[in-house]
This record gives sequence, structure tokens and C-alpha cells, in this order.
Amino acid sequence: MNATAQSSTEVRGAAVRFDHVQKSYDGVTLVVKDLNLDIAPGEFVTMLGPSGSGKTTCLMMLAGFEPATHGEIFLNDKPINNVPPRKRGIGMVFQNYALFPHMSVAENLAFPLEIRKLGKSERDAKVKRALDMVELGAFGNRRPAQLSGGQQQRVAVARALVFDPDLVLMDEPLGALDKQLREQMQYEIKHIHESLGVSVVYVTHDQTEALTMSDRVAVFQDGVIQQLSSPDALYESPQNSFVAQFIGENNKLSGKVTARNGDLCTLVLDDGTQVQAEAVNIGEPGARSTISLRPERIELQPSESRDNIVDGVVKEVLYLGDHLRIVMSVAGNDEFIVKLPNGGRKTIPVEGQVYKLGWSAVDAKALDAVG
Amino acid sequence: MSALPAYASTGQRIWHYTFRYVICGFILFFLIAPILTIIPLSFNAENFFTFTPAMLSLSPEGYSLKHYQDFFTNSDWQQALKNSFLIAPAATILSTSLGTLAAIGLSQSHVPFRRAIMAILISPMIVPLIISAAGMYFFYSRIGLQGTYWGVVLAHAALGTPFVIITVTATMVGFDRSLTRAAASMGADPVTTFFKVQMPLIIPGVVSGALFAFITSFDEVVVVLFLGSAGQKTLPWQMFTGLREQISPTILAVATIMVAISIVLLSVLEMLRRRSERLRGLSPS
Repeated sequence: MNATAQSSTEVRGAAVRFDHVQKSYDGVTLVVKDLNLDIAPGEFVTMLGPSGSGKTTCLMMLAGFEPATHGEIFLNDKPINNVPPRKRGIGMVFQNYALFPHMSVAENLAFPLEIRKLGKSERDAKVKRALDMVELGAFGNRRPAQLSGGQQQRVAVARALVFDPDLVLMDEPLGALDKQLREQMQYEIKHIHESLGVSVVYVTHDQTEALTMSDRVAVFQDGVIQQLSSPDALYESPQNSFVAQFIGENNKLSGKVTARNGDLCTLVLDDGTQVQAEAVNIGEPGARSTISLRPERIELQPSESRDNIVDGVVKEVLYLGDHLRIVMSVAGNDEFIVKLPNGGRKTIPVEGQVYKLGWSAVDAKALDAVG
Repeated sequence: MSALPAYASTGQRIWHYTFRYVICGFILFFLIAPILTIIPLSFNAENFFTFTPAMLSLSPEGYSLKHYQDFFTNSDWQQALKNSFLIAPAATILSTSLGTLAAIGLSQSHVPFRRAIMAILISPMIVPLIISAAGMYFFYSRIGLQGTYWGVVLAHAALGTPFVIITVTATMVGFDRSLTRAAASMGADPVTTFFKVQMPLIIPGVVSGALFAFITSFDEVVVVLFLGSAGQKTLPWQMFTGLREQISPTILAVATIMVAISIVLLSVLEMLRRRSERLRGLSPS
């Protein structure tokens, strides 16, 4: 669970626990419904979800800017519902950076240290160390407006870390950056987290960000954590259709469960095709279910030994360099995607032709029914 | 005003030049001429309100500083000057601090009845001055403030506060609320946050509000006539009574001095505004 606690650095991060936390702004609708979440010291946890899913509200409750309507939040096993934000000692990186425009970069970083009444020499040393950490050592005298978006973002990260908090919250900090800079910053933040050993709670709606940086990802939808697991588990074994749909690309096949045998189950798709799938989140035989199948796990013209072999009509072939993307019509799904890695193959599927497709039962996850 | 495009018709050309030189010229003339006229008249060597032949022929005998001398030596004028400089700054400090706090409070979305409270606070600006003055007269008489310095200061503060509220509210619109959250996350208490983060950023609004409040008090005559006694007579009061009773060109000298003060204040304000924009990393616009 705590893969980042490298032997070279001591884990100094804080533990966070949400205990049956609820939040309602208007007293009628619950924005966050019964949230339970344990964050280990030094862990990097990302709250991922579409806008309006309650992830930012959770972060604001942890920071103390929004009171929890019900339930308790613990920081290092101490309840903090009645602790004002300024006494929580949590570093925070805001979506729009929230740098003080009237102060220089160095003054921005010195601000939390002045509040803590550190001596000038100690203050200067910490500011310098934090600026060097984000590779902005030469920019101390500039004003935020004189920096590029990426540089401002780094200053915001440095400012959130300069007073050595045990926990840092980041609220979509990379949202305003262009794609390339965003990827670079993802690695930088990840490396800073690994070298400092602080706990990080990161909010984003960008799944790539969540998958590359986190130890664990909490997928939010409708104020509920749909799934909390490591990035690979999130992708490999989604627990419900929302997660399967939200993380990565996904093919849906709808049908009815006919039999269940251990970890596997048999389904009859809506067009009568019988398939085998892993039983993850299904009801009794007779109940409807949606199968989630990753496009890269499907084999074209498979050997006879595959668990599932189904006919599909090629509708469109897109050449994407490293792989071919084939849109097919399979078992009533007209947007069935197959990704074929470009292995220098000789035959390229022809539009309008029928091909056999095969996949393993364990790659097909039978989940709750949608649509 | 941009240059006339090549395709402009004759009518458009006529309108363009009429607007630019005739209409705008008249507007500026009507605004500035009365003020500019009093400046040379205040150097009149005679006790007249008109340009004497000597002045018109620009001979040195036509001009003198005697009205300025009168202003600086006459005890009535000196008392009025002192009162103005006691009352206006006190009223300014009061209305600026109260108005700034009110504006900050009223710009928070969770405050109930914000619009109604705002309307009440701004009402002294809208209600005819004579009505406010009469009302204040009866009210202040009851509670023993009529005819005292504090009475005049409080009344002027009430008149100046709306300007502060309006200018500070305008700057609060551009104030990023996440800055106060950021300060709180770094451990700053609300008072530190206010002085270190919020105040430096809204200071242009506070300063212009303070300036308007100062000028409101400094120029105000109706309320002082009602609420003040002879002990609190201010420069405008003295000018007003001077006009009625003695018609001395000293009034013109005082008026010139007051115009100069206003120009200096406005220049200072503009300099402060540019400085603060520079501090915010923006170029002066």
C-alpha cells in the first residue's frame, strides 16, 4: 500500500481518516455520501472523478474550508472537525495557484515561515532549499506575474512544502497547464513526493494524472467512492461499470447472467451470443449485467483455444502508427473497439468484412448493468 | 477617438469634427472655465470680484497677494482652516475604516440581506443633503452631539462612507478569495491575512474611497451649517457666510488653495494607484 516509503527517507507523512463523512450545502442534497477513507502516512492518494462528483468538496473538508455536515475527519488519529484551517498545518496547492501577487516569489515562500516566527537566517535557508527543489533558485526576486504558468505552479508547490507540513493537498494543480508541461510536472510532483515522504491528497479529473502519480486512486461519482485501489488494479479489475467506463478505454457488452461457476460466469448477450466472463459484480442467474472488455485484450483471428470467440464486422480502420484502431460491430454493439499493436503484420483488416474475435474469460469483467 | 476612416462620408466628416472640436470643446470649457477664472481673480489688487483694467493690461500693479495674506492672517479664516483640517481627516479615518470593513463583509456571499444593508449604507449619497442634514440636526440635538466637533465628524463620516463602500466593493470584485484560503492554509490568522494579503491588494480602492470621503467632508457646507456651531465653522462655512456678509475676494484665494489641494490629492492618488499596480506585477494602464 505504501510503495513510496523509500528506505532512504523516513516516512514523515500524516495519516488521514474520513469516518462516515457527509456533506450537504443546502441541507437537502448530499454532495458527499458516507465517505470512509484511510490514508496511510506517506501515501499519495488521488481523488479522481468527473466534476460535481464530490472530490473537491472532500479536499475542502480536509483542508477545513468546508465543514463536514456529518461524520468526523481524523488527522494523525486526532479529530479535526473543530480545528480551523490555519491550525491544521496542511500545505495546499490551489487550482489557480493562489500566489500573493504583491509579494515576490521569495516573499511568498517566506510567508508561512514568518507566521511560524522563524528567524531570518533559517527562513532564508528554507526558502532557498524549497526554490532549489523546484529548480527556481534564480527566480526569488521575481513577482508571480513575471513567471510562466508552469513556473507559478512550481512556486505554489514549493510554498505548500516550505513549512514542512506532513500532508499536502493539491486541487487540480495542473489543470491550467498545456499537455507537455502537465506531464513534466506530474513527474516532478511524484519525485518530490518520493523524496520528501509527505502524504499527498491530490484531486483531479484527469485519469492519466491519477494513474501516473498515485499510490492509490479513489474514483468518485455521485458523492461516493466507487473504487479505491492502486492504479493497476483500477484498470485491470474495475469493480463496477462506472469505473470501467471512466478509467481507460472500454467495450461494453450487455446481456443476462445464465450461470455462475466459481469466479467465472456465463452470459447470454442480447443478440443470443453466449460468452464467458469473470464474475465481478453480478446478481443471481437471470439478472442483467454489462461486460467490460479492454480493446487491447482482444485478439483478431484467434486460435481455437480462446474462451470466447465471436464474429464481428469491421466498420472502420484507423491507422495510429504504433497501433491500429478498429471499430467493429459485435453482438449488437456498433462501437466495439479493437486495438491491434503494429507488429509489422501483413494483413490489415478490410472494412465490411467479418472477422473472428477472441478474448479470455478473465479479461471480460461481468459488472453491474448499465443503460 | 480614432482617426477618421478613408471611406467616411461628408456627413460623417462634419459630425466627426463638430463632435471633436465644438461639442467636446464646449464641455471642457463649461467644466473648467469657472475654476480657471477664479485663479487670476484671487490675485486681484482691488477688493473686487471682476477683472480690473490694470489686470487686463497685465500691469504688475493690478496684482497682489493681499487676499492670500488676509487668509493667512485673519483669525476667522485661520480658525476655519484649522477646523477643516481637524474635521476632514477625522471623518476620513472613520468612514474609511468603517466603509472598508463594510465592503469586505458585504462582498461575502453568505451575509444575509446584503443588498438591503448595502442600500441603507449608501443612502446618505442618494437622499438630498438638506434632508439628511435636517434629520441629523434633530437627532444629534437629542443626544447632545449638535454643535460639537464629534457631531460634525460623525455626520461627515456618514456622508463619506458610501464612497468608500463603493470603491472598495469594486476592488473586492477582482480579489481572489483563494488567496485568503491560501494564507489560512499556511497558518495565518484572519487579522494577519487582512493586513498582509487582503489590504495590500485592495489598497487602491481604499485610497480612492478615502480621498472621496476627505473631499466630501472638506467641501461640505449644508450639514455643517445645521450641526455645527460657530466653534466648528469650516472653510466652506466661512466662504458661505463670507459671500453673504462681506463679499471679500479672500474667498477666491481660499477657493484657489482648495483647488490646489484637490489637484495634489488626485495626483497622489494616481501615483499610489500606479505604484500598487506595479507591485501587483501589472503595468500601469
